[in-house]
Parts: sequence; structure tokens; C-alpha cells
Amino acid sequence: MKTTKTLLAAIALGTSLVLGGTAAVAAGKQHNAEDINFSFEGVFGHFDRAQLQRGYLVYKEVCSACHAMKQVYYRNLGEPGGPELSEAEVKAVAAEATVMDGPDLDGEMFERPGLPADKFVSPFPNKQAAMSANGGAYPVDLSLITKKREGFHFPWYVSPFIKLVKGNGGPEYVRAVLMGYEEAPAEAAKDAPEGKHYNPYFAAGPWISMAAPLSEDAVEYADGTKASVEQMSTDVAAFLTWAGEPKMEQRKSMGFQVVLYLALLSLLLFLTKKRVWGREPH
Amino acid sequence: MSGHSTYNPTNPVMKWVDDRLPLPRLMYDSFVSYPVPRNLNYWYTFGGILMIMMVSQIITGIVLVMHYTPHVDMAFDSVEHIRRNVNYGNVLQKWHAVGASFFFIAVYIHIARGMYYGSYKAPREILWMLGVAIFLVMMATGFMGYVLPWGQMSFWGAKVITNLFSAVPFFGEAIVTWLWGGFSVDNATLQRFFSLHYLLPFVLVGVVILHVWALHVTGQGNPTGVEVKSGQDTLAFTPFATVKDAFALSVFFIVFTAFVFFAPDYLGHSINYEEANPLVTPEHIVPEWYYLPFYAILRAVPDKLLGVVAMFGSIMVWFVLPWLDTSKVRSAAYRPIFKQLFWLLMIDFFILGIVGANPPEGWWITVGQIATVYYFAHFLILLPLVGLLETPKPLPSSISDAVLAKNTNKQPAAQPAE
Repeated sequence: MKTTKTLLAAIALGTSLVLGGTAAVAAGKQHNAEDINFSFEGVFGHFDRAQLQRGYLVYKEVCSACHAMKQVYYRNLGEPGGPELSEAEVKAVAAEATVMDGPDLDGEMFERPGLPADKFVSPFPNKQAAMSANGGAYPVDLSLITKKREGFHFPWYVSPFIKLVKGNGGPEYVRAVLMGYEEAPAEAAKDAPEGKHYNPYFAAGPWISMAAPLSEDAVEYADGTKASVEQMSTDVAAFLTWAGEPKMEQRKSMGFQVVLYLALLSLLLFLTKKRVWGREPH
Repeated sequence: MSGHSTYNPTNPVMKWVDDRLPLPRLMYDSFVSYPVPRNLNYWYTFGGILMIMMVSQIITGIVLVMHYTPHVDMAFDSVEHIRRNVNYGNVLQKWHAVGASFFFIAVYIHIARGMYYGSYKAPREILWMLGVAIFLVMMATGFMGYVLPWGQMSFWGAKVITNLFSAVPFFGEAIVTWLWGGFSVDNATLQRFFSLHYLLPFVLVGVVILHVWALHVTGQGNPTGVEVKSGQDTLAFTPFATVKDAFALSVFFIVFTAFVFFAPDYLGHSINYEEANPLVTPEHIVPEWYYLPFYAILRAVPDKLLGVVAMFGSIMVWFVLPWLDTSKVRSAAYRPIFKQLFWLLMIDFFILGIVGANPPEGWWITVGQIATVYYFAHFLILLPLVGLLETPKPLPSSISDAVLAKNTNKQPAAQPAE
């Protein structure tokens, strides 16, 4: 008993020490992203519609110039659990894009305005074109960016516990990278690669090909929110999290019902079991 | 207890069927009147839980296949398609993926219970060996299933594991080419893995039927390890075991569904959300968590071939466990030294899992090697020795005696009147 308590205390202490200082991260390694309390976290998490709409604006006006998002459809923007644009807005957004379709009856490819049923049109026709236009670096597809990148890196003995509570920190990673451009320390700057930028939050960093994409008031929010770099980074991180799993809200609400149902079922089964076994010594 | 059947159908339709094909009788004898020891604890409910998990995996798998495309250019996107566009596909896919993990959680508990209570000893050797075969089929199925989403870890996991066969002397390279269906992990590999991932679960069902058959011939073991001696020792499967198994299953499913709905990615790898890319090797290639202890054993041995032999040997040794354990007493409850060795083995296995998850560098290598040596020493040296040297505690004369003794010890004033 006593040993268990001591062990638990030691784990708690270790956890708080590690959480307390990102300084624990060794120099040259990816910096831990700042933990943000997003509205979509936790068992009852929901996306903030206004935030998703702001995030979509940032994606559309800034990110989508280079980054594709091939898993997402325009219609998703109007579906429940997302930015929930109106039907007319979704149609308008889709129509702004030009889709290469065909071949038509004459065997010719043709261009047409996008429809809600189309996937997000990629900025480049193929990977080679994207790399060629971006100095040899491929702008990663953003459909699953918050799922495939991790913002939190902790030592092995606490990592499983922290990640169970906080997740992998994917949304935080996106936000941290967008805000994380800084002057390279003198030592690192000595062998700075040509045309690259210093960003210690970048997973394959600290040198990143993408220049700082956001600047103060890069977009103009319709709801009057001040478009600071931090605000835009946070908003687009939320939007990309939604894009990574547009049915997250449905999943969580269904999960709540399922677990509640099973809890009640378990209680009833327990009482039945007690009743049935009560007559028999076991 | 292949005793005389007590089935006496009152329903004329059932009687008609039973006279021609005694399927109703088989069901009745197996799941209603089947006598189970009255002292089974909750560790004995995992057999039933595993049965349900297997059915759950097969049903979700069959539906997933209706929407999945086994092609290197389309597999990754088709899984995303399931998550995004198929009705309830998001839940279905997560249920199957997390279900694999919970299938393994249940099977590890089930195996550990067997080791603790000596369930492998005579006359249950074949029952136990069929269980080991089931575990091997599960491992193969799980490995191939993880390749299907065609993410980075799918691809590189497949590459690393299939490459193990290149350690075979003389024919290594040829075997690997044969496994791949080409000169690299490519479309042919994905398609054969898909084919086998669909086939093996039905092989699994076949072996499980044999496992349950063997169980019903020998009867269940129990925490005392004393065989059933009279009707006093047992209770009817229904309602007693049925309701207890159902309760345990329901609680297990609370935990399972909590992961499915609230932490579906926790047990996987983030990097598998990146589509497979043969040109970019991930920083750390690790298998799914349930293979980690064996992965650690593989890497503990400096020689590739011997590493592979050690990895497979670490499971193969379970096949001969009934003969390595020299003790006549089954249950660890009456074997004080063995009981401690059992828990040391659990800790050792857990350490191997942690070692498997970490890069093979620095002191991880040493820890992995010590844990590997201990793992084999447990089975090959300690187990045979302790059976000869240990003095077991006195066994109860029967299950019902043990139950009565327990009840009177715990609550001297308790009245058996409820």
C-alpha cells in the first residue's frame, strides 16, 4: 500500500516537472507546442462555428495558395458539425474554384466552375508542379495535418499518460509552427541553408522552406475579430482539425450515448448477477 | 464434462429437429446445462469477451471491405473515404482499429490467467496449444490488417517484418521476393495481405471452435486448480456463467467504446495518417503496441537470424509449457514461489514492451537483453526447477470445500439466506 502511494507520488512529481518546463526539451530538437484549451477537446468538445469560419478564411486566403486539401469536399463546409456555411454560401465558395473536367463528347478536357460535390481544388496539378513552384519543397496536403503531426514530445515514462489526456497536440503543432518563426540563434545561423527559415517548432526542423505565412491583418475577419498572427494561427488550427475529421462532433455525441447506455446496462447486469448468484455460495 | 445430455425438448419443432440433427442439443449442452465450477472469478470471463471481440472484428471488417480499395494508389484515400463519406463509417473504422487493440488486451489477460492458474496442465494440454495457435493467427491477422490503410507505418512495418525472412540462410532473399510478390513492398504485397487478412479470421474461427470443443471435453479449470469432483462443485452455465460473463463483457465494452469514441487514435501511430511513401523512412519504425515485447526480443539479439529465431521462439515456448512446468499443483494460489515468478514474468514482459517502443540505443539495448534472457530463463530454467523444489500449500479437498472455507473465513456471521 505504502509503496503504491510513493510510486504514485513519484509519477505525479515527474509529470509536473516535465510539464512545468519546455526547457526539458534538448536543444536542436523540436520544441513542444504551447498547450491550448481548444473548444473541441474533451468528451463533450464542440467546434466553435465562428472560429471554424474564421479559420476557413485564413486557409482560403493564405494556405490554399500552396497547400492542397484533397480529402475535403466543398459540401463539407455546409454540413453539421463544421463551419456550417449556408447552402448558398457553399455553392458560391465552390463556384469560385475552377475544376478541370472531361473528357466531353468531343474527347476534350474542359474547365467548369466548382460544385459543392467537388473536392477542394488543389493549387497545383501535381506534386512535381507544386515542388517546382516552391523551390523544391513540397507543400504538404493539409487534410490530415493535425492528425499526422504531433506537437507534444515528452519522455517515455510520462508520454503515455499525458497523451491520454491531451492527445498528440496536432492542432497545437499547427498553431505553434505558424507562430514559431524566430531569429535563428547565432550558432545555428552559421550553417543556415539557403532560402530556409528558422522555426524550432517545425517537425523536420528547425529549418523550414515555407516563409512565415501570416502577418498582422493578413485577412479581414467578417465578425470584426482582430486578425493578429496568434488569432489567425489558432483559428486555422481549429479549422484544420475539423478538416481532419469532419464527423468528430457526431462521433463524440454518439460515444456519450453509447457509454451511458453501457453504464446503465452494466448496472442492471450487476444487479441481476447479484440476484442470481446470491442463492449460491461461490 | 462430456456427460449424459439432459436436453429434453418440450417444443415439438425443436424435438423434430433434434431427432434429425442434434444441433439444439449441442447448443443446450454447451451453453445452458454445461456445468461450470462455482468458484470462477472474473479473470475467467475473458474467454467469452474474446468470442464477442472476434465476432465484432469480423462483422465490422466485412462491412469495411465493402468500401475499401486494396490498391497502393487508392487504399489510403479509400480509408479516408470510409471515415468521411460512408454512413457511420467513421465509427466503423475506429471500432475495427481500436477493436484490434482490445482483442489483444483481452487475449493477453486470458493467456496470463491461464499461466497463473496452470490452465495448461493435464488434461488441458491440447486446449492450451490450440490457444497458442489462436494467438499466432491473431498476430498474423493483426499485422496484415495494419498494413491495409497504407500509411507510413503500415508500409514500413510491412517492410521491416517481411525483411526478417531475409535472415533465412541461402533462401532468404528468394523468400522475401516471394512474400512481396515482387522486388519491393508494392501493390502485389498489399493485395495479398488484404486477401490473407480476410482469410485468416475464418481460420481463426475454425481453431476457436476446436479450442471450445477441447474446453467442453475437459471442463473448465478453476482458481483452486482442483478438478470438479461432484455436482456440488458446479453450477449450470445458464444462468450463472451467462449473467456473469454478460456483466464483465458490458464493463469491458465501456472501456473499449470510451477509446473508440473519445481517444480513437491513442493506441495507433500519428505517422500512419501520412500516406505510404517508399522514399521517406520514418524516424522510428515501431509495430502496434501489442507486438512490442516480441519486437524487443527480436532486437535484443545482435544477430539477425538468431533474433528472428528468438522472437518466434518466445511464443513457441508456450507450446511446450505444459511439459516445462514440473509441478503437480495447478494454481499459483497454492504455489508461493511460482506465484512470485509469475508476477516477475509479467513485469519482465511489460519492460520488454517499453523497450520495444523505444529506439534501440544506449541502455535500452542492455535492458532489452536482460529482459529477454530473463524471459527465456523463466520458461526454460526457473519453471522446471521451481516445480521440483517448491513445497506447495495444502490443497482443498474439493471446490465446494474451498468455497465454504472462504465464505466462513471472510464473514463469520454471514447467513446464507438471501
